[in-house]
Amino acid sequence: MSLILDHVNYIYGGDTALAVHALNDVNLVIPDGQFIGLIGHTGSGKSTLVQHLNGLIKPTSGSIYYNGEDIHDQDYDKKKLRSKVGLVFQYPEHQLFEIDVFKDVCFGPKNLGLSKQETELRAYAALKQVGLEDEYFYQSPFDLSGGQKRRVAIAGVLAMKPEILILDEPTAGLDPKGRDEILDQIARLKEETGITVILVSHSMEDVAKYVERIIVMNQGSVLYDDVPREVFKHYKELEQVGLAAPQVTYIMQALASRGLPVRTDVTTIEEAKQEIRSKFL
Amino acid sequence: MIRDITLGQYYQADSVIHKLDPRVKLTATLGFIISLFVVNSWIGYVVAAVFLAVVIKLSKVPFGYMVKGMKAIVFILMITVVFNLFLTPGEPLVTLWKLTITKEGAKLAGMMAVRLSFLIVGSSVMTLTTTPNSLTDGLEKLMRPLKIFKVPVHEVAMMMSIALRFIPILLEETDKIMKAQIARGADFESGNLIKKAKAMVPLLVPLFISAFRRANDLAMAMEARCYRGGENRSKMKPLQYKGRDRIAYGVLLVYFVGCVLIRIYL
Amino acid sequence: MGIIKTDKLVFEYIRRDEEGNVEGITRAVDEVDLDVKQGDFIAILGHNGSGKSTLAKHINAIFYPTEGTVWVDGMDTQDESKLWDIRQEAGMVFQNPDNQIIGQVVEEDVGFGPENMGVPTKEIWERVEESLKAVGMYEYRKHSPNKLSGGQKQRVSIAGVIAMHPKCIILDEPTAMLDPNGRKEVVRAVRALNDVEGITVVLITHYMEEIIHADMVFVMDKGHIAMEGTPREIFSRVDELKELRLDVPQVTLLAHELKESGMNLPDGILTIEELTEALMANYKGTK
Repeated sequence: MSLILDHVNYIYGGDTALAVHALNDVNLVIPDGQFIGLIGHTGSGKSTLVQHLNGLIKPTSGSIYYNGEDIHDQDYDKKKLRSKVGLVFQYPEHQLFEIDVFKDVCFGPKNLGLSKQETELRAYAALKQVGLEDEYFYQSPFDLSGGQKRRVAIAGVLAMKPEILILDEPTAGLDPKGRDEILDQIARLKEETGITVILVSHSMEDVAKYVERIIVMNQGSVLYDDVPREVFKHYKELEQVGLAAPQVTYIMQALASRGLPVRTDVTTIEEAKQEIRSKFL
Repeated sequence: MIRDITLGQYYQADSVIHKLDPRVKLTATLGFIISLFVVNSWIGYVVAAVFLAVVIKLSKVPFGYMVKGMKAIVFILMITVVFNLFLTPGEPLVTLWKLTITKEGAKLAGMMAVRLSFLIVGSSVMTLTTTPNSLTDGLEKLMRPLKIFKVPVHEVAMMMSIALRFIPILLEETDKIMKAQIARGADFESGNLIKKAKAMVPLLVPLFISAFRRANDLAMAMEARCYRGGENRSKMKPLQYKGRDRIAYGVLLVYFVGCVLIRIYL
Repeated sequence: MGIIKTDKLVFEYIRRDEEGNVEGITRAVDEVDLDVKQGDFIAILGHNGSGKSTLAKHINAIFYPTEGTVWVDGMDTQDESKLWDIRQEAGMVFQNPDNQIIGQVVEEDVGFGPENMGVPTKEIWERVEESLKAVGMYEYRKHSPNKLSGGQKQRVSIAGVIAMHPKCIILDEPTAMLDPNGRKEVVRAVRALNDVEGITVVLITHYMEEIIHADMVFVMDKGHIAMEGTPREIFSRVDELKELRLDVPQVTLLAHELKESGMNLPDGILTIEELTEALMANYKGTK
């Protein structure tokens, strides 16, 4: 049970001089149950990459295998793939369209041809999973707050019971509290269901707290693919490609360069606090 | 797919055609289209082709770019050609089963094909070399006399230019919403007409909502920047005829008279 | 009186249900008193729905107070004869980079404001040039806005406002939809405006790291001003900020946590340098 990308290339703009090499020889293995952060600045190819994972974009060359099957085989069921690899787009609340929240969440399972009962059960469970209270279920989705709308949109994908959940910048435009709520909710979901989660983001600080593996994209290629600690060691290189390590990394670097014998590979505030305190007490 | 539509999109280059007054280009495009229907002999088309070729060369827009715009009308072109080819009565040339191609039909089909392609390429030259803004400026000024009849010329021009600015944004948005719904298992392709129309709802509702939200934002941004209609507005790029515009009008006149003469005497 | 002043500003709107019946009244802005000096850099912080954007839209006379008064450069925003003067003096930049650019070409968009004001053609060109140079977008003047990055689009919007020669500029969450690079670009441009051109800046945001250089910070919650002070004063109140749904830069948070755990550190640390300095001083003390 895994998703494998084998020498995936994607070029658009045809064979003219304007052709853009959006993905350049990407090789990845995404095993079950991982919590992955996919990082890159705007235009690094991260959004293009995630659209390959559920077959929305077909690679120019190379193959993608889901559970050992090539997803671009003639008789491969794309619809089923999309229910198994759920993709939540950036600003997903912009895709809401039904007259009430519950109906909107039903859209996905209904498209899978499930019975009415099964559809509604799944919709209910999904809305519970994102932590939306019952009182909102029969309201128009357009009357909700920004954060609530986003939860509904995420529930719309969860209701298809995906095995892999991809979220493209799920916190864009939210305030800090809204951001933390969404990320905590996703972490809890991951904990409870064991689902594979791929979190696309350009913020290292957001991601460092949650994920076990970070994939850094730059100019269509995978630049780093490792545990956060190892990735942030390359903080200078990250800066060159328009990214940054979390601020704590810099703090530890600054302290070390001043002669305080601290470890420099910490990634969260909690770790930094422990490390600094251990040198003083 | 959506990105391939070139008709109406400005191509940036530094050429004498780009610099011409939009009114000249509008008049010239109209004149050129009329000329295509004035001439009816091959010599006439050769003259039109030469005229068009020179203009394209001067515009510095790659020829491939113009032809790309043709893709959209290939279908219409084919139908026109086929109809003219088979349905024109006259002296039979070839007979295939029950269909007969006549000499007149072949000639007419050829001419229609040439006319249509010239028409499209000719109009693309205008849209490719003129920013939509100056195009609307040109229209606004050309239509100014209509103000007497209470036609809101400035408002219409402003609406056009805003619409043009938002077309690419809305196209991109359509693409995105479509993909998001496909990711939720939506199917925009299979089924009969009614089913297809129904499948559009999850696309159209979000698109309309987004368009209204954008319109609202834009109206606020325009007011915040002191927009209050066409009264007392000055122009950053006022339209003033220069030497080259007069020359262009002259060239156009010579070309047009030439076409009329060809029609009468050849 | 400062360039922007509000006196007991209240803004209420009526909530209606789907049939249009009145459901109740929401007080979006609640008795706000603000006094901004010419040349200041002011930041207004707050979570979504705290009323900060509604407050901002009063300064540009997009919204009018339900109660109280707003003055811009001594002009009451409810005085209709002054409407266009107010909008010229208090320029506004909005959140969504796509929905505020009117022109098809960068320079035409920057010229839009001056055109509306009836500025003579020659002067429009001068203003467009100087404004685009001020935000570092001059070499993009012939480009289509659709091809620019989010940060570049916002800089064009800022240039569009500067070209109107405003005395102050209000930025309503200009970075909320941008990536970290875009955010930095915009904040840098805004700071340059304030430092070099001396334009009064009101920056509305929920990103704390953008306000470190502000002269004064106001934190809004439920329509009223919950905290005010210099960035250092504000950042020293970490617990209160968290309660107001805001977060503090990691360096400030780390300093706060270390202090809580008994280490001797000053309040309101804002930069990495300050924290290292303070810690090293401590370290030498213990050795």
